[in-house]
Amino acid sequence: MITDAGAIVTGRHGIPESWTLATYLRNAGYEGLRQALTMEPGDITEEVKTSSILGRGGAGFEAGKKWSMLRDADPKYLVVNGDESEPCTFKDHMLLENDPHQIIEGTLICAYAVGAAQAFIYVRGEFALGIERLQAALNEAYAHGAVGRRIFGSDFSIDVVVHPGAGAYICGEETALLESLEGKRGYPRDKPPYFPAAIGLYGAPTVVNNVETVSNLPWIVLNGGAAFAALGEGRSTGTRLFSLSGHVKRPANFEIEMAKTTFHDLIYDARLGRGIRDDNELKAFVPGGVSAPWFSPDQVDMALDQEAVGKAGSMLGSGSVIVMDHTTCMVRAAWRITRFFHKESCGQCTPCREGGGWLDKIMNRIELGAGRRSDLDLLLDVCDNIAPGLSWPPQKTTICVLGPSIPSSITSAIRMFRDEFLTHIDEGRCPFGPPVGASVAVAGP
Amino acid sequence: MSSQAGQEQKADTVSLTVDGRSIEARKGEMVIAAAERAGVYIPRFCWHPRMKPVGMCRMCLVEIKGPRGLALMPSCYVPVADGQEVVTTSEKVKKAQDGVLEFLLINHPLDCPVCDRGGECPLQDQTFAFGPGESRFVEEKRHWAKPIPINPLVALDRERCIQCARCTRFADEVAGDPFIDFIGRADATEVNIFQDQPFDSNFSANIVQICPVGALTATPYRFRARPWDLEVVESTCTACSVGCRMAVQSSSNRLIRNLGIDSEPVNHGWLCDKGRFGYEPANHDDRLTMPLVRRGTELVEATWTDALTAAADGLAQVRQIHGSAALAFLGGARLPNEDAYAWARLAKGVLGTDNVDCQLADGLPAEAVLGLPRATIDETCRASAVILLAPDIKEELPVLYLRLREAALDGKVPLIEIVPQATGLTRYAAHSLRHRPGEVAAVVRALIDAVSGVAPAAGSQPPGGVEHDEVARAAELLGRGPLVVVLGRPSVAESATAVTEAAGVLASGIPDVRFLSALRRGNVLGGLDMGLAPGVLPGRVSLEAGRAWYSAAWGAVPDQRGLDALGIMTAAAANRIQGIILAGADPVSDFPDRTLARRAFAGVGFTVVVDLFLTDSALHADVVLPASGWGERPGTTTNIEGRVTRLGQKVTAPGTSRPDWMIAAELALRMGSDLGFDSLDAVAAEIADISPAHRGLTADVLASRANRDGIVVPPSSDTQADPDQSRPTETIEVGASQQQGETLLPRNEPAAGGAPLEPGAQAGPPGPAGESTTDGAAGPPPPFLTFTGPEAAPRLRPVDAYSLRLVATRALYDAGVGVQHSPSLAPLAPPTRFRANPHDLARLGIRPGDLVRVTSSRAALVLEAVGDAGVPRGSASVAFNQPGEGAADLIDATQPVVEVRVETVSRTTGPAPRSEGRSGPGSGAS
Repeated sequence: MITDAGAIVTGRHGIPESWTLATYLRNAGYEGLRQALTMEPGDITEEVKTSSILGRGGAGFEAGKKWSMLRDADPKYLVVNGDESEPCTFKDHMLLENDPHQIIEGTLICAYAVGAAQAFIYVRGEFALGIERLQAALNEAYAHGAVGRRIFGSDFSIDVVVHPGAGAYICGEETALLESLEGKRGYPRDKPPYFPAAIGLYGAPTVVNNVETVSNLPWIVLNGGAAFAALGEGRSTGTRLFSLSGHVKRPANFEIEMAKTTFHDLIYDARLGRGIRDDNELKAFVPGGVSAPWFSPDQVDMALDQEAVGKAGSMLGSGSVIVMDHTTCMVRAAWRITRFFHKESCGQCTPCREGGGWLDKIMNRIELGAGRRSDLDLLLDVCDNIAPGLSWPPQKTTICVLGPSIPSSITSAIRMFRDEFLTHIDEGRCPFGPPVGASVAVAGP
Repeated sequence: MSSQAGQEQKADTVSLTVDGRSIEARKGEMVIAAAERAGVYIPRFCWHPRMKPVGMCRMCLVEIKGPRGLALMPSCYVPVADGQEVVTTSEKVKKAQDGVLEFLLINHPLDCPVCDRGGECPLQDQTFAFGPGESRFVEEKRHWAKPIPINPLVALDRERCIQCARCTRFADEVAGDPFIDFIGRADATEVNIFQDQPFDSNFSANIVQICPVGALTATPYRFRARPWDLEVVESTCTACSVGCRMAVQSSSNRLIRNLGIDSEPVNHGWLCDKGRFGYEPANHDDRLTMPLVRRGTELVEATWTDALTAAADGLAQVRQIHGSAALAFLGGARLPNEDAYAWARLAKGVLGTDNVDCQLADGLPAEAVLGLPRATIDETCRASAVILLAPDIKEELPVLYLRLREAALDGKVPLIEIVPQATGLTRYAAHSLRHRPGEVAAVVRALIDAVSGVAPAAGSQPPGGVEHDEVARAAELLGRGPLVVVLGRPSVAESATAVTEAAGVLASGIPDVRFLSALRRGNVLGGLDMGLAPGVLPGRVSLEAGRAWYSAAWGAVPDQRGLDALGIMTAAAANRIQGIILAGADPVSDFPDRTLARRAFAGVGFTVVVDLFLTDSALHADVVLPASGWGERPGTTTNIEGRVTRLGQKVTAPGTSRPDWMIAAELALRMGSDLGFDSLDAVAAEIADISPAHRGLTADVLASRANRDGIVVPPSSDTQADPDQSRPTETIEVGASQQQGETLLPRNEPAAGGAPLEPGAQAGPPGPAGESTTDGAAGPPPPFLTFTGPEAAPRLRPVDAYSLRLVATRALYDAGVGVQHSPSLAPLAPPTRFRANPHDLARLGIRPGDLVRVTSSRAALVLEAVGDAGVPRGSASVAFNQPGEGAADLIDATQPVVEVRVETVSRTTGPAPRSEGRSGPGSGAS
């Protein structure tokens, strides 16, 4: 079902020059901030708690709760995570390019609510246009009095810094991001401490929020947390951006009310994905980013609901839905995802650093037709050594969750398409033919 | 134990179970460490007890029960907790460890047969103990170009690397030289140096020792031996006087490798590169193997009998014609205590001269070193503040630098350095007061005044060139608890008196201040303890106080105080010293005033040199006797703290070389005195018997495991001999210090203040032949000497605008005999340059890189000029004893300070003039 809930974060997209201050101000820009500055900081946190907005970065932790966990110390910092680097996830990309002022306004509201001394917006370095527009917007906002000393004549002063990343996926992991921001190698920090709210940037308590999360804040302040919570269902409140990609007729970002719409709606509805290319058959889909276990066509009627997807053994994650039709080689698909995680491992923990590369090599070998039947057990056992079982509590074989993300695609592919692996191995070739326009030869390390 | 103490201990410990067994652990320590102490070894690669945990290799995964049940966790990163449950042997743990080892091995080249680490490799050993039996990896391994040098001493093989971050952490955390780091990511991660920036560190080869694979190898050791062929003995490094414990290894009777041993009070397992490769001179082809005797202008080989007779006859002749006062002895600061003692007894008891010095006018008087209250390294690192009145510790006492740096990090122990120029510790120091050479006492006086709240007189000049407010800010850190002064000779271009005067001011001006020596020669503290200085006798007693005691023990002691090295050189230049023994001393190279040294040897009639090499000084000798060196003879050595540790013998000395004690005894015998030294043990026993500071410090006591880290002399009452020893333990409880008060009182004495004890009161010292003079005719043993400063240093003329006062410091790698006979280290000695403040260079119209003529009252040298903001204005710095002409040519050691004038002789042609330090001079100055 597609609800008629209005857009919260994408309302200005499509307006000409939506990234400029002039357009922003004509469209209720900075009114949320002005409203927030009339409120007590604690009351804003309460509104955000009432909204129950879940963090939009992938882990899905409640934003209001995160704010209230902040250790009481001076200074505190706010870091906004715009290091969106995962394949098939491109929602923050769009927000950065089309509505940078909304991000700045949300950042300021959050900073005011939590009492941050300084705010940093860490943006993926490859988002050249996004960084340019965000920096230009920030300059405009400073000139407008929305950032800097005594914002809009209030007692609230804060500086906001835009910091470009340098091309590492791992810096989207919040503790690696903090290390990177401090000028160090982007290594995720050992846990505990589990949350930057206790020890974050420069050892100070820090809130790290996603770009999409803060983009919701002006609306929540203006309309109230209850109005936000009224949208969606259960813990999945409000609207959310879904990045639909793969073999659909209309790959794009869609802002949809949470938990109401199903994957089927997203893929096939005429207002959304408009169906599979060439009206092919759906073979499988990834419900929440490349680290999520895959779903089969019989799960397509499930709602876009964080809890439901979690119960079914996967995750809604970063909100990226990847559609694969029946022409897809599942070995190649799983290999490509594995290769991404292999290359993006920071290299700290042995299982992730070495295991990822090993899996990449085995998968590639199978795809090229040099697989062995014993490779399937080997793949599963190497996966198990990187992230033992799907057991609870989580086994800390690695410092961060990149390691445990590696096996998802391989275990999904073997579980769902074991025959396809065996065909590759027994026939000594890929039954889908060579890949189009890409080399699958193993590059050096 | 009182109940309160019991509770305190309880509060500091937690109890947990490891594999079902209950163990006690210290709060805050990691599970891996607690388990190891309880006898459960958890495999690991990245974890190292002296560095912060990083949890990277994941080899130490064990199951730990948390609120959610048992889960795999890295035991190097989980602190112990009360009631914690740890499982190290479950199937899940086994599988995880198998998995990690398999991962580590897939890209490892497994080239063990040609790997230096093979046979002593943690990766091999842990694969053997914990790993899978076979590999399932059939893919292509990762490849890198290899090996690549990361500096002249260390080679890197990136294929063998398992990315444990030990080297990177050592470089960053321990050494403060963060020149090696990770580059790239995933399985293409490499550890490497930065482009065009070698791993420039005095401590670089520690990363070889802690590397858990063969990724880092020491160039001097590569492919020289298999570990299972090596023989090993524990010893102490004497490259400097810190006294790092090390394992000395040999193969086929050649010293081949030194490894650091983790001695808690001293070196924490670390070594500097100079010490680590300090075995190389022992193997050098230029070692003396036969005695040499002068025949006309030539030194020709001779038998020991002929050479010893020639030496003894020559010395006896001088004594007969010119008297004992015309004899002198220099050296002994690099010898074991026993050899130093034998020389002291020969010189003072047999030759009858007090013209004895183990320092070469580059140290401090024995009274100041031995007579001031002493501190240990640990006490220094726990002090409320540390004053550095010392040379560049990073260059001269490198591992002490590591300890002080660690103590000073994050402002834990504030360092206040009062120095003539910036040092390696400056960046860690709370205050760096840079004074004019020769005027350190003025700064210290001002500091004491500031502590006592005495304001500087209105309009008074900044003391020693240091601004009043700098002094005042430094003074704020004093008076908050125990203070330690690290005391050495910051520059040999200023007289020792300047420093001793400052030390005296501190000793009398600050209550409870203690001193840690920063003298550098390997066993200079032992040399002084053994009486190798004018006016003292073995055991830290003065000549006067010990006269009766040692007259009884030795038969005779000199009538009056003799000359120190400067006095000996001056007297020799005036033909008043006619016979001299140089034992491991090379004044022609090492004496700060080369002009004087050359004149001195022109005036000496008869010279005996005992050394490893034919040194510059040995060329003046009449008799040269080859001595055995470090690693070739046992004995004991004394470090800067006064800590006596054992030296190990690992190889036999080349040729016919003999230990010094034997040579001294032979010379004595030939001059009619039997010292009774028929073995090293006999010398050691005599020291333990009669030296008031070493009473009871016998070979057995030092050999006991409980005393593995050595014993600080005089031994305190809590020094314990191994209970297994049959000797009564009371023997080492005897001895006390006037300075160190009641903590050092023996436990069988009532605590009666700091009165000196009477060692062996029931018996007098042994007679000359080693027999005990039981009649006690010599009376009670002498008290320890005390330092009664301050001496008044001469007033200095102000520096005129055209002159700069000289600072002469040392670098780790110098032109000394040791470094120059180490093939690996000799090329590292930097050339001599002229360093001055960029403003002074600009003022004098000198551009960095220019060749300048530096003129003192002694000589004129042409050196390259370097701008160095660490040198205060009005001063100039020239390294002492680097290859080629240098500071020793400029220094007039008879003057309190040395002034130089500078003029440009040739302009730099290079496009990029060298400028070191914060600011460079304006180019428009030229």
